Amino acid sequence: MTFISRRDLLKAAAIVPIARGFQSGVRPPVENLTATEMDLLDAIVARLIPTDANGPGATEAQASRYIDRALGSALATSLPAYRTGLLALDRFARSSRSAPFTQLSPTDQDAVLVDVERGAATGFTGSSTAFFNMVLNHTHQGTFGDPYYGGNASFVGWDLIGYPGVRTMVTTADQKSLEAKTLKANHKSAYEYDFTKDAERQP
Amino acid sequence: MTTRLKDTDVVIVGLGAAGGVAAFPLAQAGLDVVGLEAGTWLTRRDFAPDELRNNFRGWPQAIQKANHEIPTSRATASSPTAARGTIHPMQNAVGGTTLHYWAQSWRLNPWDFKLVSETKRRYGGARIPNGSTVEDWPFGLDELEPYYDKVEYEIGVSGQAGNVNGRIDPRGNRFEGSRKRAYPMPPLRWTEFIEKMAGAARELGWNPFPGPAAVNSRSYQNRSACMYHGFCNRGGCHVDAKSSTAVTTIPRAQATGHLKVVTRAHVTTIEVDGGGRIAGVNYLVDGAEYFQPAKVVLLASYTYENVRLLLLSKSKAFPKGLANNRGQVGRHYFSHHMGAGVSALFPFNTGSWYGLPAQGVAVDNWADDNFDHGGLDFIGGGNLWVYSDRRPIGAAGMNTFGRAPAWGSAWKAFIKENADRSNSAYIQKSTLPYEDNYLDLDPEVTDPLGYPVCRVTAEYKENERKISAFTQDKMEQWYRAAGAIAIQRAPLGGAMGVSTHAYGGTRMGDNADTNVVDRWGFAHDAPNLGVLGASVMGTSGAHNPTLTAQALAWRTADHLVKNWKNVARPSSY
Repeated sequence: MTFISRRDLLKAAAIVPIARGFQSGVRPPVENLTATEMDLLDAIVARLIPTDANGPGATEAQASRYIDRALGSALATSLPAYRTGLLALDRFARSSRSAPFTQLSPTDQDAVLVDVERGAATGFTGSSTAFFNMVLNHTHQGTFGDPYYGGNASFVGWDLIGYPGVRTMVTTADQKSLEAKTLKANHKSAYEYDFTKDAERQP
Repeated sequence: MTTRLKDTDVVIVGLGAAGGVAAFPLAQAGLDVVGLEAGTWLTRRDFAPDELRNNFRGWPQAIQKANHEIPTSRATASSPTAARGTIHPMQNAVGGTTLHYWAQSWRLNPWDFKLVSETKRRYGGARIPNGSTVEDWPFGLDELEPYYDKVEYEIGVSGQAGNVNGRIDPRGNRFEGSRKRAYPMPPLRWTEFIEKMAGAARELGWNPFPGPAAVNSRSYQNRSACMYHGFCNRGGCHVDAKSSTAVTTIPRAQATGHLKVVTRAHVTTIEVDGGGRIAGVNYLVDGAEYFQPAKVVLLASYTYENVRLLLLSKSKAFPKGLANNRGQVGRHYFSHHMGAGVSALFPFNTGSWYGLPAQGVAVDNWADDNFDHGGLDFIGGGNLWVYSDRRPIGAAGMNTFGRAPAWGSAWKAFIKENADRSNSAYIQKSTLPYEDNYLDLDPEVTDPLGYPVCRVTAEYKENERKISAFTQDKMEQWYRAAGAIAIQRAPLGGAMGVSTHAYGGTRMGDNADTNVVDRWGFAHDAPNLGVLGASVMGTSGAHNPTLTAQALAWRTADHLVKNWKNVARPSSY
């Protein structure tokens, strides 16, 4: 495709500053967690969906940014659970592995997370498993949810699992193309569409 | 202070699947109808293709009275109360849950209406499970057929007929009862994977067919065909291809000039006069109190709320709640056993990223009494349904079939390869009412106004668990025949909990001692009160309830029109 619409150009331009800031290590604004809590969350999501031979993970998707933003809105009721859970997790890392979580090796971080997942970690209010499952679910939302909400940056989550993107119309030809593995990812958010406009068309 | 409004012919409480249908024939006949709806209008501009909002954040954001009235539940009267849900399975809006439901629009099979007599005839009366209060319906499928037909054509249902006037068409469901004519639209399209599953069923000697859907397979009545975009499950339709009552019968009823829609109306009680007749309905809008007098009240607010409103509406004539002098309100409750599913992993992509839950292949060979139960120790069965429905966050949460942990690099490698390779079957099993499964008012939990919420006390019994195990065997056999390399089965079922398929509580039947409403849907003890919805159904069959609830609603409305003078409260009153 050589044709690039004005809208696509605008979209590309909009993504650049975030991507550049991210790649140079400049942190985007943190809205609801403290910087320390955000460092810890960044380290956790990086182990839940790691950056590895299979490509970008939760770090590149900016799943922690999604969680931080959502903790001020749709997930606001979970904010206290994040504050107490993150604190408990770091204390558990210090007591069981003698270092803050963020300074542990990936192997030791994984070992801490396994303990938290299994409910074997001490110092949590209630079960550490509940905290683990909450963070894992929200990391999925931040990696595979619509980019409008601040995660799944550059559509890395959808590319990972082969989701070809939000469409408002899927024709029989599109479906056959999906089945033939030739349907290309369109990298579109729900909110890049006037999603009611297909009413006059036919699939 | 309560504002007393002008008298009207009929008040319908709830403009959803059932109330939204009933309004149309009533208004067409010239009766003045007031439709009280707790929600608001939603239009296709509200229906974004957004999984996070629709499936994880309890869409819609509009007013949801129901979310403040979520029933409590427990398995038995002596078991502890389960954790209460945060989202009601039904939604408040004009059109109700028909806006975001799966839109599977099945007719019941003939056996479902005559379960008791047919079981006795074929296997003997001892085969009715102990403790079950099941009865035959007061009429057979033939009585409801004309109304199924009306609804299918009026709202628009796509599908493949299997039995037109006794002629079996092998492309459709050979077990369905005789219908007068085919569906108004052909079935929704199939994907390569659905074709593959259908082929595997045929090789097993079974009879696969496309399921019926209240979704346009082509443009119908000036509404668009389905776009198969994949956000139908708990999402409204962005092109109005889903045949919600909000885009079909409700606007048509309004066009007659005889339906007045009142949105954000929070109904609190039904009022009874000194003579024991229904006088009208009390409701609130933003805290302001209104009384809407009516000659007939039709209660159409979903099973839990129908029962709750009756039990809350106490009067001199009905001290235990409206129409409950014989203690039948809340009894004979059951929810469709649709848990105990089966999931499969395939060594190839299934191409399921787009599509909708109503697009798929059904097998009815193991439903109802479609097979010989002579050597078996249960009655009834289940419909096997394989469909196309997948979105990214849901896919990430997929079962890993014991082949990978839940996170980390090994999980990531698994999900990268398998995100589009699993399928989960939806198996709806016929479920019976039992003596100790019931609805009542919770003694402690209330809504923000201080009214008790509904309490569910119900569990699946031995018969339902045996059907589960049997149908899981069949489903595994089917998946394996199509090439599945791993299978996971869900538990057979215990506590019923709160359901999207909730039946009974105001059961329909000729015997006033065991049923709340008569064969027309009007209360035995309060003749100008009608009840609409699956709360009047005495059996579930193995198929989704909505079309049956809609056909019954139309039939009740039709009876009211034809017998207005006998049913309505006299206007001179």
